[in-house]
Amino acid sequence: MSSVRVLVGTRKGAFILSSDGKRKDWTVSGPFFAGWEIYHLKGSAVDPKRLYASQSSSWSGQVVQRSDDGGATWNPVGNKFAYAGVPGTHQWYDGTPHPWEFKRVWHLEPSLSDADTVYAGVEDAALFKSSDGGATWEELKGLREHGTGPHWQPGAGGMCLHTVILDPSNPKRIYIAISAAGAFRTDDGGKTWKPINKGLVSKYIPDPTAEVGHCVHHVAMHKSRPDVLFMQKHWDVMRSDNAGENWREVSGNLPTDFGFAIDVHAHEPETVYVVPIKSDSEHYVPEGKLRVFRSRTGGNEWEALEKGLPQKDCYVNVLRDAMAVDSLDKCGVYFGTSGGQVYGSADAGDSWAPIVRDLPAVLSVEVQTLQ
Amino acid sequence: MSEGGAMENRPVIRVALPYHLRTLASIEGDVELEVPAPVTARRVLDALEARYPMLGGTIREHGTGQRRAFMRFFACEEDWSHQSMDEALPEAVAKGREPLLILGAIAGG
Repeated sequence: MSSVRVLVGTRKGAFILSSDGKRKDWTVSGPFFAGWEIYHLKGSAVDPKRLYASQSSSWSGQVVQRSDDGGATWNPVGNKFAYAGVPGTHQWYDGTPHPWEFKRVWHLEPSLSDADTVYAGVEDAALFKSSDGGATWEELKGLREHGTGPHWQPGAGGMCLHTVILDPSNPKRIYIAISAAGAFRTDDGGKTWKPINKGLVSKYIPDPTAEVGHCVHHVAMHKSRPDVLFMQKHWDVMRSDNAGENWREVSGNLPTDFGFAIDVHAHEPETVYVVPIKSDSEHYVPEGKLRVFRSRTGGNEWEALEKGLPQKDCYVNVLRDAMAVDSLDKCGVYFGTSGGQVYGSADAGDSWAPIVRDLPAVLSVEVQTLQ
Repeated sequence: MSEGGAMENRPVIRVALPYHLRTLASIEGDVELEVPAPVTARRVLDALEARYPMLGGTIREHGTGQRRAFMRFFACEEDWSHQSMDEALPEAVAKGREPLLILGAIAGG
């Protein structure tokens, strides 16, 4: 029988939530790496027992952990993220040049074909690759050095490379996104990169349609249609039908088009989920109501999903990597909040229930569907 | 053996690590390390990271080798954080009578 494993990264450790295919009764294990910030953990699609976790703290820096038994035990692997060559400068908040400095790993993306290969999106923005299970890391320097890097500027959360999407139909194509530089694509396995931000409009930057400088919060793709991308930008929900060459806005009737998380239904590539957030100052859900919005039309027409979610006095945020879907039938949808709740839906969002309520603030949620 | 369990020119020194690093490296209690004389913070960290590779980058930065900003060193009740990494540690530490304390800086209000 199928089962699911929800991998939760929080401000104070990692947790693993497990259930059978009914997704009604859950067991919670953890905290793993208690007291450390776990920005992200994710399992390999090739070997579901292989998990990678990004563990960090302001005191002790970056650690990468690996499990070969589905999260029961973990071992630290390599944590040496050295930029290739002389890394140069990007722009600081005030526009002055600032040297590239490694701070942490935001996102770990295991290869779709090799359990020992994994990508790491880091702050200050760069993409690293390990081909030995995380023991050693090498920067794919073509991204940082492709030409626009000196113009990149950090967002409020730092200049982080937070999104890494591997194209299942083309092993040489990778999409990444950086706050606040924008989205980029390689078609040659990471040697060369190009900005893919045409159609994005960001009124708060000097040139609203600039090639780079857009605060992209997250990007999602359905594996059956790797040329179709959905983006939650700082403001605006966007869609591309040509691998990021052009984008158009699909915010439609959302109560606010600001947000962080975005994901796509496992079996319906036109069904998209977002969690609108009140901004710029507050960064919690509007009207005290925690609502996921679903579009079944690939954007523009959105419906509020609120059954089982708190509809008054709720003031939480849902961060960019804190939503995921399983591939069971019906599709399960999961998200975690800054208040430490992880909610799950076993019916594609029609109804929700808390899996766990009182974790530390949730930074990331990933799901493994196990056979 | 000489005083404090130290061997000639290769004293056994003690290092006390913060909780999170002990957990990371699966260490219980103080670490005992043989460190060639003269005993300096750099040599202690070299020996520590050689035995526990997972501590690399957690106390001092990869690349520059500089102490991480929020990690502090204390020896014989003195703040050793701003001393040169190549300064000889106090004799009591070098001979194992006192530990080298590595602490996470405490912030709060």
